[in-house]
Amino acid sequence: MFTYILRRLIYALPILLGVNLITFVLFFVINTPDDIARMHLGMKRVSSAAIEQWKASNGYDLPMLYDEKKEGFEALTETIFFNKSMRLFLFDFGASDEGRDISVDIGKRMWPSLAIAIPVFVLGLLVNITFALMIAFFRATYVDLIAVIGLVVLMSISSLFYIIWGQYLFGKLMHLVPISGYQEGSSAIRFVLLPVFIGIVSGIGAGSRWYRSIFLEEMGKDYVRTARAKGLNERRVLFLHVLRNALIPILTGAVVVIPLLFMGSLIMESFFGIPGLGSYTIDAINGQDFAIVRAMVFLGSLLYVLGLLLTDIAYTLVDPRIRL
Amino acid sequence: MFLPVLLKTDLLLFLLLLIVMVAALYVRRRAHLMKSWLEIVRRPMAASSLIVLIFFVAIAFLDSLHLRLAVENTAAQRQNYYSTEVVSVFDLLATSIREQTEKTYSAPFALHLFVKETIEDNKGGSERGYPRLQYGGRHLETIADRPLDVMQRLGVAFIKAFAIGFFLLIVFLGCQARRQRTSITASWQYSFSAASIVPWKTVMVTLAVFLLLLMCTLELAPYYHILGTDKVGNDVFYQAMKSIRTALLIGTLTTLIMLPFAVFTGLTAGYLRGRIDDLIQYLYTTLSSVPGVLLIASSVLLLQVYIEGHPEAFQSDAERADLRLLFLCIILGITSWTGLCRLLRGETMKLSSVDFVQAATAFGVRPLRILLRHLLPNVMHIVLITVVLDFSGLVLAEAVLSYVGVGVDPSMHSWGNMINSARLEMSREPMVWWSLFAAFLFMFVLVLAANLFSDVVRDVFDPRRRR
Amino acid sequence: MPSEAVAATALLEVKGLSTHFSAGDEGIVRAVDDVSFSIHRGETFALLGESGCGKSMTSLSLMRLLPDNGHIVKGDIWLDGMNLMDLSEVGMRRLRGRRMAMIFQEPMTSLNPVLTVGEQIAEVVRLHRALKGGAQRACVLELLAAVGIPEPQRRYGEFPHQLSGGMKQRVMIAIALAGEPDLLIADEPTTALDVTIQAQVLDLLRRLQSETGMALLLITHDLGVVAEMADRVAVMYAGQLIEQASRKDFFAHPQHPYSSRLFAALPTVNKRSQVLTTIPGQVPPLTTPFSGCRFAERCPHVWSTCRQSVPAWHTLANDQQVRCHLLVDENAKHRQDISTATARVATASLAVDDNVSPLLDVQDLKVHFPIQKGLLQRTVGHVFAVDGVDIRLSKGRTLALVGESGCGKTTIGKAILQLLRPTSGRVLFEGDELTQLKGEELRQRRRDFQIIFQDPFSSMNPRMRVAQIIEEGIQALVPDYDAANRQQQVLALLEQVGLPAAAAQRYPHEFSGGQRQRICIARALAVSPRLLICDEPTSALDISVQAQILNLLKELQQKRGLSYLFITHNLAVVAYLADDIAVMYLGRIVEQGKVTDILHAPRHPYTQALLSAIPVIEKEAGHAVIRLEGDLPSPSNPPSGCHFHARCPQAMPRCQESYPGKTLIASGHEVRCFLYSEDKPSL
Repeated sequence: MFTYILRRLIYALPILLGVNLITFVLFFVINTPDDIARMHLGMKRVSSAAIEQWKASNGYDLPMLYDEKKEGFEALTETIFFNKSMRLFLFDFGASDEGRDISVDIGKRMWPSLAIAIPVFVLGLLVNITFALMIAFFRATYVDLIAVIGLVVLMSISSLFYIIWGQYLFGKLMHLVPISGYQEGSSAIRFVLLPVFIGIVSGIGAGSRWYRSIFLEEMGKDYVRTARAKGLNERRVLFLHVLRNALIPILTGAVVVIPLLFMGSLIMESFFGIPGLGSYTIDAINGQDFAIVRAMVFLGSLLYVLGLLLTDIAYTLVDPRIRL
Repeated sequence: MFLPVLLKTDLLLFLLLLIVMVAALYVRRRAHLMKSWLEIVRRPMAASSLIVLIFFVAIAFLDSLHLRLAVENTAAQRQNYYSTEVVSVFDLLATSIREQTEKTYSAPFALHLFVKETIEDNKGGSERGYPRLQYGGRHLETIADRPLDVMQRLGVAFIKAFAIGFFLLIVFLGCQARRQRTSITASWQYSFSAASIVPWKTVMVTLAVFLLLLMCTLELAPYYHILGTDKVGNDVFYQAMKSIRTALLIGTLTTLIMLPFAVFTGLTAGYLRGRIDDLIQYLYTTLSSVPGVLLIASSVLLLQVYIEGHPEAFQSDAERADLRLLFLCIILGITSWTGLCRLLRGETMKLSSVDFVQAATAFGVRPLRILLRHLLPNVMHIVLITVVLDFSGLVLAEAVLSYVGVGVDPSMHSWGNMINSARLEMSREPMVWWSLFAAFLFMFVLVLAANLFSDVVRDVFDPRRRR
Repeated sequence: MPSEAVAATALLEVKGLSTHFSAGDEGIVRAVDDVSFSIHRGETFALLGESGCGKSMTSLSLMRLLPDNGHIVKGDIWLDGMNLMDLSEVGMRRLRGRRMAMIFQEPMTSLNPVLTVGEQIAEVVRLHRALKGGAQRACVLELLAAVGIPEPQRRYGEFPHQLSGGMKQRVMIAIALAGEPDLLIADEPTTALDVTIQAQVLDLLRRLQSETGMALLLITHDLGVVAEMADRVAVMYAGQLIEQASRKDFFAHPQHPYSSRLFAALPTVNKRSQVLTTIPGQVPPLTTPFSGCRFAERCPHVWSTCRQSVPAWHTLANDQQVRCHLLVDENAKHRQDISTATARVATASLAVDDNVSPLLDVQDLKVHFPIQKGLLQRTVGHVFAVDGVDIRLSKGRTLALVGESGCGKTTIGKAILQLLRPTSGRVLFEGDELTQLKGEELRQRRRDFQIIFQDPFSSMNPRMRVAQIIEEGIQALVPDYDAANRQQQVLALLEQVGLPAAAAQRYPHEFSGGQRQRICIARALAVSPRLLICDEPTSALDISVQAQILNLLKELQQKRGLSYLFITHNLAVVAYLADDIAVMYLGRIVEQGKVTDILHAPRHPYTQALLSAIPVIEKEAGHAVIRLEGDLPSPSNPPSGCHFHARCPQAMPRCQESYPGKTLIASGHEVRCFLYSEDKPSL
C-alpha cells in the first residue's frame, strides 16, 4: 500500500511538471514579462527604465529557461522558469505581484473556504443519495416521472439564480441570515448557513439525477433478481444489495473532489463576501495578479492529482474486487 | 445599400449549419440512423424541445447575418460610405425596439422612469418626480389607460394568432392529404392519432404556444418595454434576444472546435496503443488536472493583455468582441476535449478487440480504413451524446464566466453580462429585477429544452440504457 | 391436459398461463401463451426449448419475478393447493426462497459482488429459518459443505469474484437450498459452464434432490442434459408447449414433428457420412399473432389445416401428450416420409497423403501474455495461454481443436492468423513462415487463411450493409476486381451460403443468428482462402440452426477442397465433422489423433473424463463415469509437472515432477501422459 502510494506520487511529478510548463508558456512566453510590467504600470507611455525596474523588483529580470552567463547548475536555476515555476514544487509560492506573501494568504484563507465547502460536500452527498434512492424506489411510476422532470428543471437553472434568489428571499425579505460577509469563530455559522444551503440546493438537480441512473443501472443487474428470488422485501433489496453496489461508483466519484474542497467556490465566495481561496482567486483575476493565479493553478492541479490517488485508494476500500 | 460583414464566428456558425445539413442528408440515407432519429422525434418531449431549439437557432442565425448599412450620402458623392456600426438582420427587424432607448431604468410596461428626476412643468416650475418615458407607452394619456390598452392589444394578438394558426393548419392538412391521397378530415384524424410517426399533436400545441407568444410580442413590443429597460435605457427584451446568439455560439462552437481533435486523439490512442497512447494519456491527464476555471481565466486575461497591446488589429468593436468570443470557445474547447477523448479511447480499445475489427484485420484491411470505417461509425453515438450533453453545461458556464469577468466581451450581449450588471442593483429598494428575470428566463428555457432533448438522445443512442 | 386426479397430488399445477411483454414499437411479445403443466414432489420436470421460446419467462412467471414491462395476463399457478395468483406481493415474498427457489444461468452475475458468500446464504437462513448467531453460521457452513465447496470455513468470508464459475453456481444452489424449498427452478443452470464442471453440477443437483425430496423444474436447451436428468419432459416452441411425455417415451418416440426433427438435427459420429436433417427457417418472433400451428412454417408435413386452426392436445395411450393435427387419425395421410428425402450420402474427406507436405504446419507455438501491474506496467508474470503446440493440417481435411474455456484454443487460432504475434515457434503455411512476414507481405498472404468467429452478433460491423461486409476482403486483397466484378462475386457468394440476393442491401441486425453466421462464412470465402479457422462457429446457435451451418461447412469443404481448423468445446460437432482431433488442456495438446481413435479409445485421462462428462442421450453399456474434481487451474500459474495431475484420477508421483513427452499409440495417435510412456518409445 505504502509503496503504491509512493509510486503514484512519483508518477504525479511529470503531470505537475506539465502543468507548470503550461502555465509558464501562458504567462511568460505568450505574454512576456514586459507586457505584464506595462500592464501593472498602466498602459500608456511607460518608460523602458520603469519597466526594467518593475521587473527587477518582482524578479522577472532573469532569462526565461537558460542563463548563458552563469556556470553549471546556476545556468538553470537563475531563470524565471526555475524561480517562478519550479519553486512551486517546494510549496514556495513566493510573493504576489503586489508584494504579499502568497503562502501566508493561502494558510489564512483556506479555513473560510473549508467552512463552506465541507458541509456542502457531505450534506449534498447525503441529500442526493437519499433523493435518488427514493426516486429509484418509485421507479416506473408517475412519482418517478415527475421527480425526474423536476430534477431536469432544477439542473436547468443557473447557479447564479439560486444564489441571487436565496440572498433575496432569506436575506433581504425574511432577514434570517446576513446577505454576505464573514466573521471568525463561532459567529461564522450565521454567515455560512445560507451559502451551504444554496450550495446543496443547486447541486440537487444534476447530482440526484446522476445517482438515480446509477441506482437504476444496478437494479437491472442479475444479482437483484437473485435477491428477490430469495424472498427479500423490496426495502432490503434496495438498501442492502443495490445501495452497497451503487455506493462504489458514487463514493469513488465523489472522492476525487475532496482535496479540491480547499480551493473553495469562486462564485459562492465572491457573492457572499467570504474571504476564502475562491474569492482570493477571483480578486486576483480581476486585479490581474498573475503570481497568485499561477500559484492557484499549481495548487489546484496538485490537489486534483491527489484526488485521483484518493480515488484509487477509495476503490480498494469499498470494492472487494479491487486490490492494489 | 449595405456591405455584408462576415465575422469569424459567423463563418463558423454557417459551417456548423452546413455540417448539420450534410449530416441530416447522410442520416436520411441510412435506415438504422434514420430509425433512431425518428424514435427521438416520436417522443413528445423531444419534439417540443426540438421546436424550441430550432426557434433559438433561427434567431441566432438571423443575428449572425452581419452587415454595415450605407450612410445617407449626397448624390454628388459617387463612392458609397458605410456606417462603422455592424448590425445584423435581426437588428434591422427589431429596429424599433433597438432605437427606443430611454434615459435609464424603467420597469416592464412602465410609463415612467424608475428613478426620480427633477421635472420641469409647463408653467416653468420644477418638481421631483418620475418623468414620463420617451417611448414606452407614449401613446397613452395616463397610467389608467394602460390595462385596457394592453388587453386590447392582447385581444388583437389572439385573434391574429388564431387566424394565422388556422390558416397554417389548413395548409398543413392539405399538404398531408395530398401526400397521402386522402381527404383533409382523414389526414386530420391520422395526423393526430397515435399511429402518426411524428407526434403532430405535440408539435402543433408547441407551435401554437409559440405563435401566440410571438403575436403578443409583436403587438406589444413597439409600444411598451415589455421587459423594462436597463441602466442606460436599453430595452431588456432586445438584449435578452441578442444574447441568444452568444449562448448558442458558446454551446456549439466550442464543441465544433474541440471535436475533430478529441475524436482524432481518442481513436488513435485507443487503436494504436503503445507510445502514442501514453503520450495522449499524459496530455489529457495534465490538461484535466488544471482547474478549468483558472485555465480559462488565465487565458482570457492573457488575451486581454494582447488586445490592449494591439488595438490597431481590429477594425471595429464588434470584431474585437468577436475575437474574444472565438477565443473563449477555443479555451473552453481545450478544457473540454479531455473528457470526450478519454471516453473515446476507452470505447475504441474495447471495440478493437471485438470480432469485426479482428475480422477486418484478418482481411488485410489497412489500419486507416479500419479506423474510419469500423471504429469511427461505432463510436459516433458517444460523440453525439457528449455534444448534446455538453451544450447546456456550456450555456450555463458562459453566465458564470461572464460574472467572474473572464467571459465574453463586456460590450457583447450575453445573459452573463446582463446578470453581472444587474447584480449591482440588487440592493436598490425596490429591486430592479427585470434584467435578472429576463436573463434567467431565457437561459432557463434554452437549457431546459436542451436538457430534455439530450435526455431523449441519450436514451435512444446509448446502448447501455436500452432494455 | 392433465386430469384432475393428477392435479390433486401435484406439487405445482400451472393452468393456462399467459405472460405478455410490451416491447415498445414492436408491439406485444406473447412470451408465454396458454401453458399448462404439473410437477409432482420429488420429480424432475424438464422444460426443453430453443432460445427465445419463452421458457425462461415461464420460470420467472412462476416466481412472479417478471421484469417491469412484463405481466401475467391469464392463468393460475397452484403450489400445493394455493393459488399464487391470489397472493399479494408480500404473500409471494414468503414463498420465494422458502417454498420455491431458483437458480439462474449466469453464476458470474447472479451473485452480489460486494457481499461475502456467507452473508448471501445467511440472509436466506435468517429470513426463512429464523436462525441467528452461531446456529445461523453453522447452518450456512453445512450448506456450503452440502453443495461440495471445499474448506467452507474459509469460503464463508470470501467474495464471489474469488470463486470459479462452477463454485459460484454451487453457491447459488446453496442459496436456493437454504430455505429448504419444495420446488427448485433451475434455469439453464449449466449452460455457462464447461462440460466437466457441468457434469459436477448436474451430479450435485441429482444428489441433493434425492436427499431432500424436492421437485426440480429444469429449464434447458440441451437434449443431453434432459436425457440425464429428467423424469418428464415438456417441449416448448414459440411460447407454447407442444409435447409432454415421460423421458423414456420422449426419447424413444418423439411425436411432434418439431421434437423428432430436433433429434435428427443432432450431429453424431454415426451421421458422419450423411447430410444432417435440418429444420428450415427459424423460430417465428413472438410478436406475431398466430392463427394456426406455430410450427407450420417449418414443418415438412404441413397442410392447410395447420395454418388455420391451432391444434388441440392429443393424449396417446402412454399418457404422452402432443399438440399436432397429425395425431388425429383422419390426418395420418398427411404424414410425409421424410427420412429418405434428406439422407444423401456425403463423401468422406480427402485422404491424407503423408508424402505431401501439410498445408499448415505449426511447430512449438508459444503465446505468452505478460501480466502487467501498476502504472509503470511492470511485468510481474506471464499467462501461458499457448505453451508449445504442434499441429499439422493437410489439404481438404478438418482438424478439431477441443478443450474447455481458457485452455488457449482461441489464442492458437489467432496466432496462426497472425492476429496475435506468437512469442515463439513456427507457423508454416505451405512451407512459408508466417511469423516472419511483415506489413504488405503478410497482408497479401491473408487471402489464404480466414476465420469465422463464435459470436455472429459481434463479428460484423453493425453500420455496414451485408454487401459492403462481404466486399471488404475482396477490396483489400483482390484489388484488380472492379465494382461490377465485386457485386457479381457478392451475389454468387450469397447464393452459395443459401441467402437471397436481396440480403446484400440489408444490415446485419436484420438477420437471425444462423443467417448472420452464413454471411460470415460468405465473407470468409470471398477471398477464396484455403484454410478456414472456425472458432466455435455453432456454439451460439440453436440445434436446428447448428445443423444448417454444419451441412453448409461440409458441403463447402467438398466443393472447394477447404481445410478447416475447427475450434470447439462441443464433442458432438467434432464427432460429426472432424477427421482429426487435438485435445487441449491448459495451453498444451495432451492427445491427438484420428477422430475414431480418440472418440472410441481415448488414452489420456483428461480426454476420457471429457468424453464421459458429456451428457448423452443413448448410454452405451459399460459407459464408465469419470468425474473430475476441482476446476481448471489458472494458465498464469500452471501446476508443476503435468498440468493435469491435480485433477487426474490416475496421478502418479512422477506426474508432479515433469511434463510427460509424446507417446505414439498408433499411427497418428499421440498422447502426452506417463501412463503410456513406459512401454512405448518416447518421441
